[in-house]
Amino acid sequence: MWETKYEKSQGLTDTKLSYCPGCAHGIVHKLVAETLVELDILDKSIAIASVGCSVFSYQFFNCDAQQAPHGRACALATGVKRVLPENIVFTYQGDGDLASIGIAETIHAANRGENITVIFINNAIYGMTGGQMAPTSLIGQKTTTSQDGRVAEVHGNPIKISEMFATIGGVAYLERVSVYDPKHVINAKKAIKKAFQYQKEKRGFTMIEVVSTCPVNWGMTPVDAMKWAKSDMEPEYPLGVFKDKGAE
Amino acid sequence: MAKVLMKGNEAIALAAIKGGVDAFYGYPITPQNEVPEYLSKHLLANGKVFLQAESEVSAINMVYGAAGAGKRVMTSSSSPGIALKQEGISYIAAAELPCVICSVMRGGPGLGSIQPSQGDYYQATRGGGNGDYQLIVYAPESIQETIDIMKDAFNIADYYRNPVMVLVDGLIGQMMESVDFDKPVKERKLPEKDWATTGTLNHPGRRNIANSLYLDPAELEQHNIDLQKKYKRIKENETKYELINFDNPEYVIVAYGTMARICRSAIQMLHEEGIEVGMIRPISLFPYPEIAFDKIPKTIKGILTCELSMGQMLDDVLIANNGRHKVGFFGRAGGMLPDPEEIVEAIKNFTERVVK
Repeated sequence: MWETKYEKSQGLTDTKLSYCPGCAHGIVHKLVAETLVELDILDKSIAIASVGCSVFSYQFFNCDAQQAPHGRACALATGVKRVLPENIVFTYQGDGDLASIGIAETIHAANRGENITVIFINNAIYGMTGGQMAPTSLIGQKTTTSQDGRVAEVHGNPIKISEMFATIGGVAYLERVSVYDPKHVINAKKAIKKAFQYQKEKRGFTMIEVVSTCPVNWGMTPVDAMKWAKSDMEPEYPLGVFKDKGAE
Repeated sequence: MAKVLMKGNEAIALAAIKGGVDAFYGYPITPQNEVPEYLSKHLLANGKVFLQAESEVSAINMVYGAAGAGKRVMTSSSSPGIALKQEGISYIAAAELPCVICSVMRGGPGLGSIQPSQGDYYQATRGGGNGDYQLIVYAPESIQETIDIMKDAFNIADYYRNPVMVLVDGLIGQMMESVDFDKPVKERKLPEKDWATTGTLNHPGRRNIANSLYLDPAELEQHNIDLQKKYKRIKENETKYELINFDNPEYVIVAYGTMARICRSAIQMLHEEGIEVGMIRPISLFPYPEIAFDKIPKTIKGILTCELSMGQMLDDVLIANNGRHKVGFFGRAGGMLPDPEEIVEAIKNFTERVVK
């Protein structure tokens, strides 16, 4: 007798993921998809895809979706949520989309306490366009537009989104997680689930920052990339809960 | 509702409510501020959505989101603000989502001025967004006509799944006229919004996606072909214009909006002097009423294009005229409004504009 121990989440479509081998996007997609199913909100969810590697996420999440212009995901999400307050609305954005071109939209959605969930993938680089410097790139990190390494005086400093957003009034839940080992994957799932639970309860703006990887543009194997996320990314972007209105 | 005296911008807002607007997203800019101010009070009081965004860029993308969710949604702005909205407008047109955009033109370029202008004809009909797309653009000449068009605009947008722009200048926005909100709107059998992203709960077995990304070139070309077919249908069915004093004119003026009203006075003055001048008044700027030019008598001495700009609609006049008649141009810009006497002089001293 065969018994099903594990299967792909119903929260994902059968479309083949477009991500590079070893990229952590697949893990985070799975966690979000499982959450939507477990909280029984998949059929009333609207995903907002951004521009970057996750531009095709509207093909992967098994729910209704809108594809946003670069940086504007939180504006679209606001537009949808304000007219459909009983639906679940979430964005899925990378660091170029959220922390650079879309930072104004994200800050103001947070400040208004828009009842949406933002999944923010921070891998310290522009993946889709081929490895350019991101606002989140580390000091010394070599990218195609900081070829001798990022220098604070020339390129600016790594921007700390969770630290910044912790000061914003409308934020109900904000946690920075990583997925570099199973323990952290489990914790990331808990955080994502909590964020969507808060949205269900209409508590306000929720965001989960995921310290992620980009093996191809970091020039590393997937295993080394996971190690680098822990050894180099995590000290700059410490993990933890930055805001939890439910615990206050 | 009997006739009421109302300011243009407030009339735009009330007409939007009469047209069934569910949500407004905008950002302050002169000279259109009374539109959001009026709506902020009356939409929220009626359980509808009003939201002042952090920028025009964000506002138009909120419009995208709400339009994608199947609601009747609008924004309003003025020249530099419309410039900022162009990215979102291209996406909305590409994703074939209905919405209404009200543009209250002021002097440009750059920060320009806050005085009335028609310097955004290109912006409205050619757009600053990327790619082959068109808005349906209406340019009324009075507050009454603005109201009638605003009320119908949501129906037209829904019918064609296309953004509709109502283009006025700061004069129409800021002046007051006696108006009637009860004129009937053309009945249209509107398709169901079965494409709206409202959650699969509402349409089991099908995922609805609002999208403008097509990586396959053949697919994207087909999308463009389909859009052009739609624009052709719009041209066939929604072209609007008015012919004035067309019995046996010596000259024909082409003017829209506020400039058309000034030209009406000039035409009357010329008539009193024994010079008959007709006028084509385009009401839809896209689709442009090229068909009206076929009705111009062969005997006229020339066409005078009059605009509150340095000559933008002139391009469409030249295309529509297609070399048949001499075409002259009269324009004022920067918020300067001509007296009718200046138009009278321009007709009397008609010279063909040197055309590139």
